[in-house]
Amino acid sequence: MTTLTHLQRLEAESIHIMREVAATCDNPVMLYSIGKDSSVMLHLALKAFYPSKLPFPVMHVDTTWKFREMIEYRERFVAENNLDLIVHINQEGVDMGVGPFSHGSAVHTDIMKTQGLKQALDKYKFDAAFGGARRDEEKSRAKERIFSFRSAQHRWDPKSQRPELWNIYNNRIQKGESMRVFPLSNWTELDIWQYIHKENIPIVPLYLAKERPVVERDGMLVMVDDDRMPLQLGEEPEMKMVRFRTLGCYPLTGAIESNATTLTEIIQEMLLTKTSEREGRAIDKDSNASMEQKKQEGYF
Amino acid sequence: MGSNSQNKSYEVQQSDQISEDIEGYLKEQEHKSFLRFITCGSVDDGKSTLIGRLLYDAKLIFEDQLATLENDSKKVGTQGGDLDFALLVDGLAAEREQGITIDVAYRFFATDKRKFIVADTPGHEQYTRNMATGASSADLAVILIDARQGILTQTRRHSYIVNLLGIRHVIIAINKMDLVDYSEETYRQIEADYRKFASNLNFSSITCVPLSALKGDNIKDPSTNMDWYDGSTLMSVLETIDVSKNTEGTPFRMPVQWVNRPNLDFRGFSGTIASGEVKPGDTVIALPSAKTSKVKAVVTYDGDLDVAVADQAITITLEDEIDISRGDVITELEHRPEITDQFQAHVIWMHDRPLMPGRPYLIKTTNKTLTGEVTELKHKINVNSLEHEAGKVLELNEVGVCNFSLDAPVVFDPYREIPAMGSFIVIDKMTNTTVAAGMIDFGLRRATNVHWQAVDVDKAARADQKRQRPVVLWFTGLSASGKSTIANHIEKKLQVLGKHTYLLDGDNVRHGLNRGLGFVEADRVENIRRVGEVAKLMVDAGLIVLTAFISPYRSERRMVRDMLEDHEFIEVFVDTPIEICEQRDPKGLYEKARKGEIKNFTGFDSPYEAPEAAEIHLQMAEGMTAEDAADLVIAKIEERYLLS
Repeated sequence: MTTLTHLQRLEAESIHIMREVAATCDNPVMLYSIGKDSSVMLHLALKAFYPSKLPFPVMHVDTTWKFREMIEYRERFVAENNLDLIVHINQEGVDMGVGPFSHGSAVHTDIMKTQGLKQALDKYKFDAAFGGARRDEEKSRAKERIFSFRSAQHRWDPKSQRPELWNIYNNRIQKGESMRVFPLSNWTELDIWQYIHKENIPIVPLYLAKERPVVERDGMLVMVDDDRMPLQLGEEPEMKMVRFRTLGCYPLTGAIESNATTLTEIIQEMLLTKTSEREGRAIDKDSNASMEQKKQEGYF
Repeated sequence: MGSNSQNKSYEVQQSDQISEDIEGYLKEQEHKSFLRFITCGSVDDGKSTLIGRLLYDAKLIFEDQLATLENDSKKVGTQGGDLDFALLVDGLAAEREQGITIDVAYRFFATDKRKFIVADTPGHEQYTRNMATGASSADLAVILIDARQGILTQTRRHSYIVNLLGIRHVIIAINKMDLVDYSEETYRQIEADYRKFASNLNFSSITCVPLSALKGDNIKDPSTNMDWYDGSTLMSVLETIDVSKNTEGTPFRMPVQWVNRPNLDFRGFSGTIASGEVKPGDTVIALPSAKTSKVKAVVTYDGDLDVAVADQAITITLEDEIDISRGDVITELEHRPEITDQFQAHVIWMHDRPLMPGRPYLIKTTNKTLTGEVTELKHKINVNSLEHEAGKVLELNEVGVCNFSLDAPVVFDPYREIPAMGSFIVIDKMTNTTVAAGMIDFGLRRATNVHWQAVDVDKAARADQKRQRPVVLWFTGLSASGKSTIANHIEKKLQVLGKHTYLLDGDNVRHGLNRGLGFVEADRVENIRRVGEVAKLMVDAGLIVLTAFISPYRSERRMVRDMLEDHEFIEVFVDTPIEICEQRDPKGLYEKARKGEIKNFTGFDSPYEAPEAAEIHLQMAEGMTAEDAADLVIAKIEERYLLS
């Protein structure tokens, strides 16, 4: 009797979750952040519905501050896989001139990302949205359900989550309410990399080390990706071998110095380092329980 | 300390392999085995500490997390400045402050032998539901016992629930050995007590380990404080225990989750295999329709498979074009599952509002949602004493044995034989929350033959003959809003179009079928239920049914909608302002209601709950005639429903 490997089990579980949504929700969408987890999630979705094409659109909430290489990669990936892509930008935020430099990371993320996402969900009336979050990322995520209920105001209430048993998911909602669905809940960062390696999944080149112009600011290496970044007195972009462990808005995503230029080298480096993944993101640092708070407010 | 240097050398070895042969390392990682387990213990048993310790020992704590932990330990730690491992695990802010675990948290770690997912669940009686949740996806349970206390009521409760959910392997972690001077006698006594108690349960292996999570004894490295113990450390048991089920000869089952139909040439059935295996060429039967065929291919994105096994998510194509949909189960010909609409099950109640026998709930199995009710609560089980107790209702965190009756047959195997074919959740219809978990024991009668195989002329055949799609046009609205008049016009027009119809009118039904029912809430509910059943029969006969009832309650309209298949129920809201209705008052009812001569009159002393999402909403503004309204409805249904 064949037994499944760890990754085969995770793969099957994710596929089961995606099919359940496709079979039971009226208007689902897959949120696509262009990062490695999103890439794995999309790859799994291609598997789940093969030979059919994805029975739902893919949506990117663009804050307008993403790395340019992310957007290039997005366009290529979407074309290659014949995906139905929605790009949503919070136009109000753009009109107000909101950005990470002028308004700070918290305001920028709230308006362009959290509010932008809520706007998009309201606009298209999606009743289920797939997200690529994993339980090993952060403590409050460890307790979130795979099918996570959101009120009509998009809020998560950690205290009244529905019990989730076996692989039977309760996705019943009233009008206006919705579900966030996390098919990668049980994957770890290492699983994700191993799977990318095993399945040859393309990733944004920013994950690989390359000489890039960076400045050091508040202990974080920030890449100068375009001329919207105001340089402070004495700051001079320096070319350094760097890569990124997570991808987001370039001013908020810290680079790490690295010589890992291939996928296996990244995995190697990851296994040999001892800093957890979200370290590079400015948003988590406000307070320890900040992710839980952000999630309650509707952030992914 | 010996253990530390041992740790380091292990780490160095692994690092060397990672540095020198990363490809080889990844290959090995890929084939690592995998264990999902649950930890059970009460607040003071040191469960979170144990998990924190396992993560720490498995080098899963990163530097920044360690810094946070050091900080937090000083701020709110309970270990007087020492690292408080529990803080790593208790995730939600409320829990960190109260120092208790109130939900299920999932943790991930790996050693060089295995990967682990731990469900960390609270142990208090009021969290029985969380424990059951964690146990539902685990292969093994670690049950903590405080060495100072021995076996407590909670130990029995944890063991019972773990056993109920079908876990066959338990590790009894006898913790806090440091506080009983590492006494062998204490340990032996607890072990003997436990084995005696557990002889009533169905565990296939029980492993006892004396340890101290706080001090690290017998967690990863053998304790130097307990030389008398020659068994394995906790980590070593976790790494090596064989929890694989004997799957030899288990019958093939695949609940159909999604029909995969990219184009006319491909029709596949997607699902996760619940048990057994499947190969191209296998003869299979789809239940409950009982149509047989042969497997043409097992399709995946990575190519067709020669064989697929339990837990794999696949797509099957068949040699014959047979009609299978979500909710069906594809299974082998021999050893078929049962089909029934009545069964006995063990139920864990998970909600503040108790289980009421007779109340309709949604029952969701792995691929099907049905309406059902508990016809009888046979007995409750006291999770502490394991004794049977009588009871009328099942309260939060109580376990009961119940008989269920469903509105349609379900394909199942007993939970203890094939868990994925015998488990279900119970959903409250009003709030949509999950209120219970159920495990089917056995069917109470076989619905197979009565229901399905005998019927050769079915709904589709009758509808085809009439060249129409049978539906119910359900008119709802206030008294005198124009429901009957509009429905009448529509029926006439449909007649002209050659459709076969029937109009069920409120007053007429009340003179016959429902004579004897009054207007209090319970009677109104029953009135609508009967009308719904009649409408359903007529839809089965292939007719287009029009009904004109005030039907003031959302839940009853919902009930009728649920009786029918998707798209068979078209709610038509005749939205006429009450002032206009009262002006018309053809039967003089409003006048009587105003005078107080009739009670429970909708719109006066009985509420009308307007539809929130009626398929057709007729805003009967001034000047709109019943004829206009009828044309509007016909246009809509022609466009959306009747022409396929």
